[in-house]
Amino acid sequence: MNGLRLIMRDVRLAWSGGGLWLPVLFFLVVAILYPFAIGPDARLLRATGGAMLWIAALLAALLPIERLIKPDWESGHLDQLAVRGWADEAVAALKIAAHWLSFGPPLLLAALVGAALFDLDGRMLATLLAGLAIATPALAALSVTIAALTARAGGGAAGLMLLPLAIPVLIFGAGSLDPSARGGMALLAAVSLGLTVLAPFAAGAALRALRE
Amino acid sequence: MEQRQAERAGSPVIRIERLACLRGGRLVFEGVDWHVQAGTLGLLTGPNGAGKSSLLRILAGLLRPAAGSIRVDGRIALADERHALDPQRTLLSALRLWAAMDGRAHPVSEAAMEALGLGPLRDVPVRMLSSGQTTRAVVARALQSGADVLLLDEPMNGLDAASAALMAGALARAVEAGTTLVVASHIPIGIAPATVLDIGKGTGAPA
Repeated sequence: MNGLRLIMRDVRLAWSGGGLWLPVLFFLVVAILYPFAIGPDARLLRATGGAMLWIAALLAALLPIERLIKPDWESGHLDQLAVRGWADEAVAALKIAAHWLSFGPPLLLAALVGAALFDLDGRMLATLLAGLAIATPALAALSVTIAALTARAGGGAAGLMLLPLAIPVLIFGAGSLDPSARGGMALLAAVSLGLTVLAPFAAGAALRALRE
Repeated sequence: MEQRQAERAGSPVIRIERLACLRGGRLVFEGVDWHVQAGTLGLLTGPNGAGKSSLLRILAGLLRPAAGSIRVDGRIALADERHALDPQRTLLSALRLWAAMDGRAHPVSEAAMEALGLGPLRDVPVRMLSSGQTTRAVVARALQSGADVLLLDEPMNGLDAASAALMAGALARAVEAGTTLVVASHIPIGIAPATVLDIGKGTGAPA
């Protein structure tokens, strides 16, 4: 019950602080600008648009990184949870769940618009949405972990340095859009599950280190 | 309430033996011994930088001591300079969130606010509170928690005379109710402590 309360608090904070619209708008802006950059070749847009949406989704997940951990660390919110006996790993897991709720479902809706801009066919759209649904928990997990690791130093540049951690998600996610590829979705699910399960432990250790 | 006090009377609820604290490679203090009896007030004094806040954080389990042993019996609440109250929430809503986290029913927030003269501010967003009001709000959260041990860091900071009197009264009532208080303060708090630890000297003594 208290876990749900903490998740709802974080989601409410994210939505009230622009956390809902900022990643979605960023995602849509990238989707809108890409055709201007690559030109009006519909065949080329169809072929590359899906991959571009994957990159946009990854960056959109990282966009609110500064507000995921740092404000709660600075205000003492995390200390108060620790005093009440909350394990740092549990706090990290709740933060991941809250971050996913605040950007994952809206991003899936925005992907519908992005797919229309790139004229993706029904099969590719379904694959894209399924892939994003599978991968966005991992992107949320990575974002929270990076936020915890970089809360003391400042997240922006350090977050970009840690982006390579998301490369497997990007490879298998974008790769799953290729009709000739086999098992891409299963590999994406495996990577996503692994990252989502391991991230609370890494982020929890980072939260513990913040107290020292 | 009296039964709770009677059950605890005489037994040290906080035991600190040969405690040392190292922060950022600097030895903040060492060889600190202190016992605080249940249902009493322990006052922690010392100059700036002597390690009062660090000792409270060690007691709260947020910092690991470099050496020595520590034991705290019972549930702990910490009120320090980090207010941990969501700035966009109203004061009542922010306190209710923590009351719920502590498994306490809603009226405890209103009661704690009234005890510290915060009643008229219940619908004011936390970000609009002054420094003294925020200090009182943080102590209100500790009071409403129902914890056995309250660790309070500079609860008189930023308070005017009237607010300081309210604070002293609320803390005295908490001790009377059987709660153990450890207060770090560099100014008088208006209540007689049972024991005082001057962290610069390292050993606690009856007041």
